[in-house]
Amino acid sequence: MEFQPFVRTRMLDAKPAPVTSVGPAGWIRRNLFDGPLNAAMTLVMAFVIFLLLSHLLPWVFLSVWHAESLAECREIIDQRYGTGHSGACWAVIHERFFQLVYGFYPPELYWRPNLTFILMLGALAPILFTQLPRKMMVFSALFPFLGAWLLWGGSVWQPVLVLAGFGIGFAAWTALAKVNGILAIAAGLILPVLWWVFAMEPVVNGLHAVIPLGLEPVDSTQFGGFMVSVVIGVTAITLSLPLGIMLALGRQTDLFIVRTVSIGFIEFIRGVPLITLLFVASTLLNYFMPPGTNFDLIVRVIIMATLFSAAYIAEVIRGGLAALPKGQYEAADSLGLDYWQAQRLIIMPQALKIAIPGIVSTFIGLFKDTTLVSIIGILDPIGLSNAIRADSAWQGIYWELFAFIGFVFFIFCFSMSRYSMYLERKLNTGHR
Amino acid sequence: MATASDPPQGGFQFSQLIYDTRYRSMTIQVATLIGVLALFFWLGANVTQNLADLGKPIDFGFLGEPAGYDINQRLIEYDNQDIHARAAFVGLLNTLLVAFLGCTLATVIGVLVGVLRLSHNWLVARVMTIYVETFRNVPVLLWIVLAMAVMIEALPQPRDFRGDDPAASMVFDAAAFTNRGVYIPEPLFSRSLGDFSFFGIFDISIDLLAILAVLGAGIYAAKLIGRQADRIQNRTGLRPTTWYKTLGVIVVPVLAVLAILGFHLGYPELKGFNFGGGIHLRNSLIALWLALSFYTAAFIAEIVRGGIMAISKGQSEAAAALGLRPSRTMRLVILPQALRVIIPPLISQYLNLTKNSSLAIAVGYMDLTGTLMGITLNQSGRELECVLLTMLVYLAISLCISGAFNIYNQRVKLKER
Amino acid sequence: MTKKVFWGALAAAGAAASIASADTLEDVKARGELICGTSTGLAGFSAPDANGRYEGFDVAYCRALAGAIFGDPDAVEFKPLTTTNRFSALSAGEVDVLARNTTWTLTRDVDLKNTFIGVNYYDGQGFMVPKELGVTSARELDGATVCIQTGTTTELNLADFFRANNISYEPVPIETNAEAQQQYLAGACDVYTTDASGLAATRASFEAPGEHVILPEIISKEPLGPLVRHGDDHWADIARWTLNALIAAEELGVTSANIDELAASTENPEIARLLGTEGNLGEMLGLSQDWAMNAVKAEGNYGEIFEKYIGEGTPIGLARGLNAQWTEGGLMYAPPFR
Repeated sequence: MEFQPFVRTRMLDAKPAPVTSVGPAGWIRRNLFDGPLNAAMTLVMAFVIFLLLSHLLPWVFLSVWHAESLAECREIIDQRYGTGHSGACWAVIHERFFQLVYGFYPPELYWRPNLTFILMLGALAPILFTQLPRKMMVFSALFPFLGAWLLWGGSVWQPVLVLAGFGIGFAAWTALAKVNGILAIAAGLILPVLWWVFAMEPVVNGLHAVIPLGLEPVDSTQFGGFMVSVVIGVTAITLSLPLGIMLALGRQTDLFIVRTVSIGFIEFIRGVPLITLLFVASTLLNYFMPPGTNFDLIVRVIIMATLFSAAYIAEVIRGGLAALPKGQYEAADSLGLDYWQAQRLIIMPQALKIAIPGIVSTFIGLFKDTTLVSIIGILDPIGLSNAIRADSAWQGIYWELFAFIGFVFFIFCFSMSRYSMYLERKLNTGHR
Repeated sequence: MATASDPPQGGFQFSQLIYDTRYRSMTIQVATLIGVLALFFWLGANVTQNLADLGKPIDFGFLGEPAGYDINQRLIEYDNQDIHARAAFVGLLNTLLVAFLGCTLATVIGVLVGVLRLSHNWLVARVMTIYVETFRNVPVLLWIVLAMAVMIEALPQPRDFRGDDPAASMVFDAAAFTNRGVYIPEPLFSRSLGDFSFFGIFDISIDLLAILAVLGAGIYAAKLIGRQADRIQNRTGLRPTTWYKTLGVIVVPVLAVLAILGFHLGYPELKGFNFGGGIHLRNSLIALWLALSFYTAAFIAEIVRGGIMAISKGQSEAAAALGLRPSRTMRLVILPQALRVIIPPLISQYLNLTKNSSLAIAVGYMDLTGTLMGITLNQSGRELECVLLTMLVYLAISLCISGAFNIYNQRVKLKER
Repeated sequence: MTKKVFWGALAAAGAAASIASADTLEDVKARGELICGTSTGLAGFSAPDANGRYEGFDVAYCRALAGAIFGDPDAVEFKPLTTTNRFSALSAGEVDVLARNTTWTLTRDVDLKNTFIGVNYYDGQGFMVPKELGVTSARELDGATVCIQTGTTTELNLADFFRANNISYEPVPIETNAEAQQQYLAGACDVYTTDASGLAATRASFEAPGEHVILPEIISKEPLGPLVRHGDDHWADIARWTLNALIAAEELGVTSANIDELAASTENPEIARLLGTEGNLGEMLGLSQDWAMNAVKAEGNYGEIFEKYIGEGTPIGLARGLNAQWTEGGLMYAPPFR
């Protein structure tokens, strides 16, 4: 008899998975109650969340939006929700919203900071999203002058003639470049400075007398709230980029003196707290200027914040430079490019691309650190919250103001950090 | 024969300074040097001129004058008749104290959160993510003020502990949580050895030194025992049980010293306006400490997570193939490698925390900014001297921290050959 | 009016810089406005209202000074200054005059090179405690926790007082009045000490002012006054005599209501000299003939300013006390205008 092995000719139908390992039940078991330790952690976390929410939610939502003072707020809350309930008094945000956003900027001129903000987004777009046309960079380059003019007002000739300074420098450089290189560079650097320092003001006044185009001037003491944070943050980070690139290159070069100066500067700035630099801005900077010079506290703060972030940006860019394979430098050399050509065409575009997430996080850090200016008496959101509490109507109000300020900062910083993560992912796929 | 690389013949031309690569670097260096020197000279000349105009030449003499103000939080003896320099020193110690406490707690929380963010438990991972994002994206100054407000508003005042039916009571009759801070029992020695004066600047308790010395000796002995065990293990393949010996040489001598010194706890008790006795951790210190720790911990958590994720999966698979248990895999394979990635950014977080501790000024914690750059500056009116001195001290602290950790970093670095 | 305008850090050196010369009056006139340093916010003395306009007792002095120089009390810009940067801002020429309830002390006058031009408020440091503590004298405060505002003479006075009485205390340094109030009300400190005017103002804003007592001890003299920098006596004269004009106007019964009428019809030679209808006092100061009249018109005479911002009709509710005219037993005494 022939051996007849048992061969199954038809596959069995797959059985449905046990009810405990699929569907919501399975998910819960796998993700929340996988073993006693996990189960315990889940329970603890759930309890913590419950505690937090059960206190926070009634406070946030069973609250008052319209009232004249804290006392009135409390009365309304007692009436509406019973005496035991402690609800938020958002009325203070409602009443002081514009002050928290614009400080003491004249209300009829709010369109100027608004427009500046929108234009700023427009100017940032070509830098942040590489798929946009490169021509838009021209607008980005012009924006700082336009933005400053919109915010501070004054004669339109000011920004135009400041820009003209760059034109003069460039013209001098091109004109003299054929005659003598050193002379050209020197002229290109010195002429604009002479123009800005000595010639510009009379020319501005003259032109303004002939063609009086301008906006109503707004003094920086009227700036406040989130506007001040954004102005200081954005200006400082923009100005610090070129400085940071120079410092990063200086730190990498073989030239001993340049390297020493760069390292000394970077390490000094990174070694001291920002608050000491702000104290320098508020009390010492005038000592370092020629006798009698004095400029606005916000300008001084911007200068110090620029120096501060330049040191951090330099380190970020140094990271970008270090991440580039050595082959890139060698390739540039073998093409016969000189140092600046190599930097401009090969090294920097790649290094900056790698460094963008770091630059964004430096910016987030700086933006958060702008709150420190409240300590030297600038009315940023936190400074304003103190001023609002000094008003007898709102004495004793804390959580609402802090919650609001914290929330706005969170929205700004969180979206920026998400953007930088998106960028990081994008860049990663580009390289691997 | 003239090749392209030959230097051009003929005399030196001015334009060679900028076009000839041999001279150009020199030109740039000299120009930089001149520029920097000119800048410093200009700044210096301005300062001298301005100060001369004001009739306030640079003078550090004020540091030797009596400070005249009191400091509540102090690690060394200080009263208002001491000099400004000593007040600044008290502030410096306070800065170091909060920086040390902050770095320690931030590391503990940060590592915990970083590991938990990688947990398979969905809820835990999400909650940790929310924690990290919330703390990272809100200014630290806001956290500090908020922590202070919570301390002040949420905790009972000392008055509430009074009476027959007090509104608040002490925890285990040993610690009191009040809105002026936390009072905990203090160690006391009934047969104290007294203090040792350190060049007359500050006193160190000899009791503490004795305990530390004995503890150090115990740890060294435990190491010797471990080494002995290693030798036995290498020879015979069996490791003798040593944990009770190790524990014994560390704990017993310390306990003996404590007993000899007459160690007991001094409990805080309510007398007069405040609690007396015990150690008083002031609310400003606690608020600053917690806010800085939780803020920095959010960054450290990300660093730790990144460090662990940077280790390729092959490593843990290889460890598993060798038969290592998960805990050993973590300790022997993953962590040593992850540490190399983690340590450099961790150092900069420590530096950030130390620098951020200068925000103490917002809650009235008397650190270096509060004393030297705060009250001393206001009383003496010497802005330039005070601010520059403060900056130098912070710079020195930063350089010390980064220097120390860089040495450590060199040691754990992958030895490449 | 050429307003100082910011043009980005690039142009800052050129456009935004202004060169202060030795003659402050010339600078102020050329600029078209006075720059006055005030506090970042102290109820009654100087605080921005909801529209950002500064109001208060110290602010009113600056408006009067602007009135004296320009005839326009609004030709003044206010710079909020902290306790830390107020003196350096003045000496660097950032502000022309500092009216920031600053105590006149020898060190500040001599060593910090300032010129105090008079006293606009005589104050003294006091203590406030909750009534339920049952404390009646500051000497019973042994072991108490005391909230103080940092950066002032307050903490030095406090240290001196407790040392002199040989009792101990725990200082809690606090940056702003608002925060000190928060800590005091929450019981994080037993005592709040600052200038008596500040205590009264603070207590007046409490929900239950009756539950707090201000102790009888006043432990220091705090003459608060405006100041200018050393080295420009002419400018100091203008600032000093504007303050004197406000005080003299009250003494002579010149108010913002009757000033025009008096200027036209007064028989009193002192009033006539003050208001510039007689003599040439304005010319001597390098100002217009009706400078004092404009100063008084700005916010009223000293008494009117007091009543408007910190007097008993306001939430601050301060009595005149030492700050009454010398004719009424106070210390306000303007030298003669002749």
